[in-house]
Amino acid sequence: MNQMSDKKIFEVPLYAYQRSPDQDAATPARRKVVIIGAGPVGLAAAIDFAQQGIEAVVLDDNDKVSFGSRAICFAKRPLEILGRLGCGHEMVEKGVEWEVGKVFFDDRQVYEFNLLPEKGHEFPAFINLQQYYFEEYLVNRVRAMQETGAPIEIRGRNKVLRVADKGDHVNLLIDTPEGEYPLEADWLIACDGAGSPTRAMMGLDFVGRVFEDNFLIADVIMEADFPTERWFWFDPPFNKGQSALLHKQPDGVWRIDLQLGWDIDKEEEKKPENVIPRLKQMLGDDVKFELEWVSIYTFQCRRMEKFRHGRVVFAGDAAHQVSPFGARGANSGLQDTDNLAWKLKLIMDGTAPESLLDSYDIERVHGADENILNSSRSTDFITPKSEMSRLLRDAVLDLSEAYDFARPLVNSGRLSVPCTYDGSPLNAPDALAGGPARTRPGAPCVDAPLGDGFLLKKLGDRFTLLTIGADAPEALDVDGIALDRLALEPTEAVAARYLGDATSAVYLIRPDQHVAARWPSYDEAAMRAAVARAIGKE
Amino acid sequence: MSDLILTPNIPGADDFYAELLATHEGLTKADSDALNARLVLVLANHIGDRAVLSAALQAAALRKEDAA
Repeated sequence: MNQMSDKKIFEVPLYAYQRSPDQDAATPARRKVVIIGAGPVGLAAAIDFAQQGIEAVVLDDNDKVSFGSRAICFAKRPLEILGRLGCGHEMVEKGVEWEVGKVFFDDRQVYEFNLLPEKGHEFPAFINLQQYYFEEYLVNRVRAMQETGAPIEIRGRNKVLRVADKGDHVNLLIDTPEGEYPLEADWLIACDGAGSPTRAMMGLDFVGRVFEDNFLIADVIMEADFPTERWFWFDPPFNKGQSALLHKQPDGVWRIDLQLGWDIDKEEEKKPENVIPRLKQMLGDDVKFELEWVSIYTFQCRRMEKFRHGRVVFAGDAAHQVSPFGARGANSGLQDTDNLAWKLKLIMDGTAPESLLDSYDIERVHGADENILNSSRSTDFITPKSEMSRLLRDAVLDLSEAYDFARPLVNSGRLSVPCTYDGSPLNAPDALAGGPARTRPGAPCVDAPLGDGFLLKKLGDRFTLLTIGADAPEALDVDGIALDRLALEPTEAVAARYLGDATSAVYLIRPDQHVAARWPSYDEAAMRAAVARAIGKE
Repeated sequence: MSDLILTPNIPGADDFYAELLATHEGLTKADSDALNARLVLVLANHIGDRAVLSAALQAAALRKEDAA
């Protein structure tokens, strides 16, 4: 099914237009959650909602998966989220795992690194996978859920023309090949990308920093001996004064990313007769390759001031945009909807106050700022914009070849790591003396091997009372939140990741698998207060 | 954490200064600039202490009030 055939997956309609009964309704139909955009973030959001029993309708003005490979680098935390959504392993099986990166300066290798992934995790540190496969597997998951009767739907070639927030719902006007129709949504999630038409229709800001540079992406199909590694060049002989990146994808597809500078003719540069000689210079004359996809992009680092506007919530690139260095785009978008779905579910059930959504803004703006900071710094290193920044950058690279100390300063992209929600109002103060910093309140749970599987799989998507060497009741109901206990044996990995210097621990874990609170032992009053806090009741 | 030293601290100051000049001797402006940049990074790594480095950056910018 995934073999290369005459037609590529992104050329085939995967969710072709079909007339919906909503188009013939006498009065506008009302849906629980409407999502605009069937990209990675919108599809993940829909699956998350539907998995929790909430009706989700995805609208997309197109009917195919992403054109070209686009996002290709997926990090462990998003893979864990996809694991929770029931399609993580498909991605890993198809994807290319990599651990080694090499950094070149001019014509020489200055150093090599290995991500050395920690053992005892269900998912790898990184995979490379074309965005079109990523989206295809999400669509497959949607189809599988539909077969079991889950309330989830994708409407292709449904273009949203108008959005109006009515306070307790949102009115939409949608254009289709068979004309327009109105639709109402209790909640609207805008996942319509960096150029978000929803954001524009609502007249909302999107400010930040423009980087004056163009990058050429060429995905080539070649039979090459290059190893499965990330190769990054500063100022290579085949692209003087600029940068280059080579990364492997499934099906013998290689991502080549070449910095072009600012004053270029984009249409000219994109033509195969100009792209092919550039690639030959890089790959050598005797390597046979075929162009799959060529694109030129510029980028900005920016975000909306707030991601939630009444009944409209923005997620993914629609809310925040970063440079591609570090793979912080799609990876952070998946963390957005991971953060959003359970909160909206509790609000819709009447279990949590609507103000819980304020924490979506606080936590994901914090995540976006972290990503913007890291990706701006990478961009400043990779594409120095002043004589002095280039001088210092080159000094770092020259030193990195001779001395270890300079290597941490080399910044060819700080790869996406999960965001810890330090300072979130949903966190209780850390009460576990000697507990590991990596599992402090606000942090995403670190996976660990259990006798019969993995920790994160057991946590799933509900509140959990986690105990390690501590007594606690098997279940507890707090204001409509049913907590089940998960008792862990203090194996070496569990102790290192959850006990640290403590001898016992009790954790409260949120449905998005972030730590809400932790203590050395169980105390019912403290647990009740922490749950109330974690659902925005404090 | 120690403070940034802004009082004389190099024994044989003239010898050091002569060695600094000698290291640049015969280099083009571009090569000298590159050497200075490398030198800054080597020294910064040796110091390591972030507070001292911040104070040094302020001191070098001749903003003495922040350097103390």
